[in-house]
Amino acid sequence: MRIKLLAAALAGVGLFSGPARAQVEIQWWHSMGGALGEALNEVANAYNASQKEVKVVTSFKGTYPESMTAAIAAFRAGNPPHLLQVFEVGTATMMAAKGAVKPVYQLMRETKQPFDAKSYLPAVTGYYTDTKGNMLSFPFNSSTVMFYINKDAFKKAGLDPEKAPRTWREVQAAADKLKAAGQQCVYTTSWPSWKHVENFSAWHNLPIGTKENGFGGMDSRFTINSPQHVKHIEMLAEMAKKGQFTYAGRTNQGDAKFSSGECAMFTGSTGAQAGIRRAAKFEWSINFIPHHDDIKGAPQNSIIGGASLWVMTSKERKPAEYAAVAKFFSYLSQADVQMAWHTKTGYVPITQAAYDMTKKSGFYDKDPGAELAVKQLTHKAPTANSKGLRFGNFVQGRTVIEEELEAVFSGKKTAKQGLDDAVRRADEILVQFEKANK
Amino acid sequence: MEKRVVYRSAWLPYALVAPQLAITLVFFFWPASQAIWFSFQLQDAFGQSSSFVGLQNFVALFKDPNYRDSFTVTAVFSVLVAGIGIALSLLLAVMADRVVRGSFAYRTLLIWPYAVAAAVAGVLYAFLFAPSIGIVTYVLKGWFGMDWNWVLKGDQAMALVVIAAVWNHISYNFLFFLAGLQSIPRSLIEAAAIDGAGPTRRFWSIVFPLLSPTAFFLLVVNVVYAFFGTFGIIDATTQGGPATSTQILVYKVYHDGVKAADLGGSSAQSVVLMAVVIALTVVQFRYIERKVNY
Repeated sequence: MRIKLLAAALAGVGLFSGPARAQVEIQWWHSMGGALGEALNEVANAYNASQKEVKVVTSFKGTYPESMTAAIAAFRAGNPPHLLQVFEVGTATMMAAKGAVKPVYQLMRETKQPFDAKSYLPAVTGYYTDTKGNMLSFPFNSSTVMFYINKDAFKKAGLDPEKAPRTWREVQAAADKLKAAGQQCVYTTSWPSWKHVENFSAWHNLPIGTKENGFGGMDSRFTINSPQHVKHIEMLAEMAKKGQFTYAGRTNQGDAKFSSGECAMFTGSTGAQAGIRRAAKFEWSINFIPHHDDIKGAPQNSIIGGASLWVMTSKERKPAEYAAVAKFFSYLSQADVQMAWHTKTGYVPITQAAYDMTKKSGFYDKDPGAELAVKQLTHKAPTANSKGLRFGNFVQGRTVIEEELEAVFSGKKTAKQGLDDAVRRADEILVQFEKANK
Repeated sequence: MEKRVVYRSAWLPYALVAPQLAITLVFFFWPASQAIWFSFQLQDAFGQSSSFVGLQNFVALFKDPNYRDSFTVTAVFSVLVAGIGIALSLLLAVMADRVVRGSFAYRTLLIWPYAVAAAVAGVLYAFLFAPSIGIVTYVLKGWFGMDWNWVLKGDQAMALVVIAAVWNHISYNFLFFLAGLQSIPRSLIEAAAIDGAGPTRRFWSIVFPLLSPTAFFLLVVNVVYAFFGTFGIIDATTQGGPATSTQILVYKVYHDGVKAADLGGSSAQSVVLMAVVIALTVVQFRYIERKVNY
């Protein structure tokens, strides 16, 4: 019995190491569920069908934090995937994990694959490069936050449905009218910290933290309790008190409140469009996010959300495997592949070439909202305040900010108190991260 | 009288307890000792560098006002869950015990909720009480004019998780109380009835004291349940929010350790949690058990 087993095991080993030029398998762990997951599998399948040397194997590992946790555990056990899709707030954590990841620019150079960080949209490049402009992870699915209005509700309240509010002053004026017309929920938002702290800062060219929002070093500290930030959160708290702002939750719960027609105005991800298109039984439009016209320099440009692909290392990794990953990246960089992904998923096109190609195809004539996101991301050339953010352990940091925002919106704290506490608590996390990653 | 089995063989008794011991060692003592070890360390997420920092993780914890708040939240939550859960199931058990016709059907129905996993119960209640689409919300808003939005209102969020947690655990308590009630000798109650004691008097003077061992056991179990077993419900509904109003200790351990990859801080929290539960159990056995009539 034992001999039989041994023989079987040996045969198994033989199977895998047999042919000298076997296909190289790449494990790709991702967090794209539902329709997005299907689109991702299509990308992998198309690549596998296009050549014989490399086989990309995708596995869905749950939400972004879950995938990241799984990959960290796998790395500790010595068996991480080749590719890991990491959401934008995990960027700093991945970057600091020097022995666990291989920067993309280094990989492409070592494997002699052509790669130009500048071919990406600046708002995308900015987020995933180091201070020298070297691309650290491979941009994949990028979104940004947009402003949606329910045109039917606007009509009913006697507002011009073709003129969406452009400033917060106009939003408030519209809110008064909508409320007076009996609108139950006037305005809501998904991703409160991403929209009202992170993107608010970028859109108004205000720093989120010192040291170029953390790009300049791990000793960055938050600056989200500036008078402008306090004023903005105060305004939201005031609107909440008047029943003009309905808090929906920390993730995308706002999406359903808008698409069901409950709320007339809504800020949420570009990715919300697919769901709204399917569910909304009313006319709606997608617009630039509102800004405060009394803050100089606004509007600047919005920042991206979504995720990028990180190349993970391990002791047993062979050069052939890295080469395979690099080849796959070259495939992913092709404009037609990117355009297919962009038009199928609603994520923004991340390279200039893909954007131009989509434009030429006439896609935006049918779906102007899809282009608006690019226009908002590239509204002005990104500054140190608006190219993104890079804070250690921002998964925890963002939770802290959201907790404090909730305390403000429910009237437990003033905007000033809440944001001061958010800065104090989030800074402690940064200090801890700095110490752990010395 | 002592119940004791005497084994002739020297190794047999050890062999018989070995599997249980092995499970306890591998799944309880080893992780617990790892947690203690990690709690004195500062580690990056990938475990590539770690340094011994002594009690620094603990000092940081207790300096954090939010962590101290989490204690209050946990205390309120466990008192509510254990208190309401035990009282309600005792009431149900007494009622079910008195029913003559169809008692089997009633009992079976009352046991059902226990078959529902905590996470599923959480999802069910999240739907029932969902701020815009929940059916209970519809009643609360439409009939009582209540401004129901637990996504933002801390007290309502607490009420929601308490209701879900109590509902999920009520069958367990019910079963034990029912068994306890049925083991009370009928003759005692009949004798009291003949002496002229009414149902209320009979309950408080005879039934309740005789049930006290069961009630005590359930108190311990319910507190432990509120501390650990309700994790799934909280994760599926409020995730500790709004602000930190439903962030019980075990949920914070999970969030900081698993989601935020702060192993040192999270381990320190779990060590503190371990100490709290051990202390509570000891207190319960030493002081409350003395008042129990076996």
